[in-house]
Amino acid sequence: MGILDFFKSRPKNTASVAKERLRIIVAQERAQRGSPDYLPLLRRELLEVIKKYVNVDPDAVLINVEREGDQEVLELSVTLPDQAPAAARDEL
Amino acid sequence: MTEIIVVTSGKGGVGKTTSSASLAVGLARRGKKVAVIDFDVGLRNLDLIMGCERRVVYDFVNVIHGECTLKQALIKDKRFETLYVLAASQTRDKDALTKEGVERVLNELAEEGFDYVICDSPAGIEKGAALAMYFADRAVVVVNPEVSSVRDSDRILGLLSSKTRRAELGNGAIEQHLLLTRYNPGRVEAGDMMSIKDVQEILGIEVLGVIPESEGVLAASNAGVPVILDEQSFAGQAYDDAVARLLGEQRSMRFLDAQKKGLFARIFGS
Repeated sequence: MGILDFFKSRPKNTASVAKERLRIIVAQERAQRGSPDYLPLLRRELLEVIKKYVNVDPDAVLINVEREGDQEVLELSVTLPDQAPAAARDEL
Repeated sequence: MTEIIVVTSGKGGVGKTTSSASLAVGLARRGKKVAVIDFDVGLRNLDLIMGCERRVVYDFVNVIHGECTLKQALIKDKRFETLYVLAASQTRDKDALTKEGVERVLNELAEEGFDYVICDSPAGIEKGAALAMYFADRAVVVVNPEVSSVRDSDRILGLLSSKTRRAELGNGAIEQHLLLTRYNPGRVEAGDMMSIKDVQEILGIEVLGVIPESEGVLAASNAGVPVILDEQSFAGQAYDDAVARLLGEQRSMRFLDAQKKGLFARIFGS
């Protein structure tokens, strides 16, 4: 390890790390604010059902309620993996 | 017209009571008639910070339960004629506060001609905190430039925009201000602490004041003299600026730059 590395290893700017982490979590929590209480449970159960057929990542299910005038639209988005695992395909 | 201001934060230990005491004193010093109420039932502390802990006979819960009159429970400040403290109960549990009871006390204060009622909220988002904010016209959200405090204050901002009487009546959100406390300009410059701009960007509301971290705050609470009365301390001066802004005055932010250290820096520094 050179002398330069020693100086480089000083702790980096932690305030900017804090700001970035907060920006993400605050945006996420604001998006959930005011949405129905059942959404997290609905999301979890949907994920379980989908997992019976496709091996998706826990983050792959996005669920959202949007208000358009008087109507509420439940938006559901599932990202499927590039290649379905062989086992899951056999069952289908 | 009585204006009800809640001082809240979500997180504990960020300086709600210190801020409530100094804002109340600052308003009273400008001749306003002010009552400051401790909503932290079971964990009373405002009386200590205000320096009237030995004069508490009746408290907020006694008034709500009709065990004494409001006049009997209001503790008159020894320094300012127009300043009164209503202490929290130390023995009852949080359920001792009711929405109807709080409303009755606030209405009575309005009839008595108070200009401002400062509601010192407990930490958390439970009943005491919910009631402290429910009747407010304005909110001062106390926040430290630190991740958990910023996140919790965003949660509180969400509640303030939906769980107040004004919001429930469909009259929109109450006016919200940020009060940044324990600000350390040296650490901000070193990149170890979020700046006023960072916090403002994340939360998206206007900053009422920045209170620098100061030895004066502990000294003031030790003595039972709200720090705004310590005119030597930067924190005291910053609170006075915040009070002026609360009353609509324009004042630029002070104490945002690190102090230069030592004689050398003073001579050769820019």
